[in-house]
Amino acid sequence: MVENVSAATMDDHAAAASRKRLPLSWLGVVPFFAFALLFLIWPTLDLMIGAFQTPTGEFTLQNIANLNQDSIISAYKISIQVSVASAVLGAVFGFFLAHAAVMGNLPGWMRPTLTTFSGVASNFAGVPLAFAFIATLGRTGLVTTLLYSFFGINLYSTGFNILSFWGLTITYLYFQIPLMVLILMPALDGLKKEWREAAAILGATKVQFWTHVAFPVLWPSLLGATMLLFANAFGAIATAYALTGSSLNIVPILLYAQIRGDVLHDPNLGYALALGMIVITALSNITYIWLRARSDRWLR
Amino acid sequence: MKSERFGPWLAMVLGTLYFVVPLIATFEFSLRKRRGVYSFDAYASVFSDSRFIESFGYSTFIALLTIVVGVLLVVPTAYVIRLRMPRMRPIVEFITLLPLVIPAIVIVFGYLRLYNSSSFLPLTGTARSTDLLLVFAYVVLAMPYMYRAVDTGLRAIDVKTLTEAAESLGASWWTILFKVILPNVRVAVLSGAFLTFAIVIGEFTIASLLNRPAFGPYLQLVGANSAYEPSALAVIAFVVTWACMGLIQLFGSGIRGSSAAPR
Repeated sequence: MVENVSAATMDDHAAAASRKRLPLSWLGVVPFFAFALLFLIWPTLDLMIGAFQTPTGEFTLQNIANLNQDSIISAYKISIQVSVASAVLGAVFGFFLAHAAVMGNLPGWMRPTLTTFSGVASNFAGVPLAFAFIATLGRTGLVTTLLYSFFGINLYSTGFNILSFWGLTITYLYFQIPLMVLILMPALDGLKKEWREAAAILGATKVQFWTHVAFPVLWPSLLGATMLLFANAFGAIATAYALTGSSLNIVPILLYAQIRGDVLHDPNLGYALALGMIVITALSNITYIWLRARSDRWLR
Repeated sequence: MKSERFGPWLAMVLGTLYFVVPLIATFEFSLRKRRGVYSFDAYASVFSDSRFIESFGYSTFIALLTIVVGVLLVVPTAYVIRLRMPRMRPIVEFITLLPLVIPAIVIVFGYLRLYNSSSFLPLTGTARSTDLLLVFAYVVLAMPYMYRAVDTGLRAIDVKTLTEAAESLGASWWTILFKVILPNVRVAVLSGAFLTFAIVIGEFTIASLLNRPAFGPYLQLVGANSAYEPSALAVIAFVVTWACMGLIQLFGSGIRGSSAAPR
């Protein structure tokens, strides 16, 4: 890595490089790479290697094979279900909100308000978010009580529970939708007015404009952003943990319990569990980056 | 035209309901501590809890350290990459995006394996060094946002001309970086800093697994043990997040000549 740095410097500025400039390039970049290596890349790689080792350090595939037990498989399953549900619903609702703000002919103050609020809400995650939804949809929450006293609907007798799959999904949407809005607004801005006008002049209906022009251009952003939302939900733990304790068996909570108290009774199986998480979020992010590159071609 | 506007209005109204009702509910719930009447008892109980003050103070301190370390790490890198090593840009950008790919819990798991008390660099050995490790973890967590903010800020100014002008006046690289470049991207740096603060102040996973007395684990503890205080704390946390984002907007739009609005 060090060779790369100096090579690039020399290449770019072989002629111009004075002795005074060199230390700046070095001092600027080397700490960054050293830091990233020590506190991001190496710890992660070390964990990934651990997933393929026995406790004594020999190579093995047993840890990966050991992932195939009911409790772990079901944790991955629930995690993926919650992440997919909150990502897809977040994408759909986020799209409608962003579309309304960008192209809805709404009063001018609405768009900046939505942007600011989305910035806040997409960062209002973790433990406090869980508290907010317990106060809203918990057994004595405001919405639960109001539904009962005004409409006679007992939410909890319908099988709903804030500590369940749907409870968690509805809660996650609180940061998923705003994130989608923030990602999609620039993409919607990129839909040029001329395209809409050209389509209209050629006699296209609104539906035709969307199916033949807008969605073909937008789908990489839409799908890509959905992937990002998926990874966002998949790695989240604080909200779920504060909401459900350890009653909902999702991968991050299982991993948390494993780190705290070795609940799997096998440290190396814990590494394999973490490797599984990395593989899943990496796949969804690679898809996102690949789709982003495709959509950027059109949205310049 | 009327029918065309119905959809957008519906979306906005439903969206507003979904986002505002939980806030009202949380606030209402936080006032219910005294039976039969609304009161601020839950808030009084929160603010009189010494652990609240201590953990919030601790997390604020850690957040400020995170911002300082993050700025010192990101600003020179983004500057050098933009000016001298454009070909390294994809690599650096890839690295800064990694924290969005690797879940925080996995990163801290890696720390516990790599830096345990019997390792070559026993950072989890003492409380002070664990604090340092926590700061580093948060720098990693905030890196995607910090780098993006600073890079956007650098794009808005003419880095090359500024550097050449400063060099021709005999400025050292230290002067260039801290007296020319940094002041010119201060708005971007500030917006990155507030975002970092908002992310770090209530962070739970890393602080809890490193066993530090931070605000996030305290929130979780209160949530598991009391009824009305959690809502009061959620309201406080929301106000803090709102303040951070508000300050970003304020700085981003208030000062002319530098565009640093978060994208």
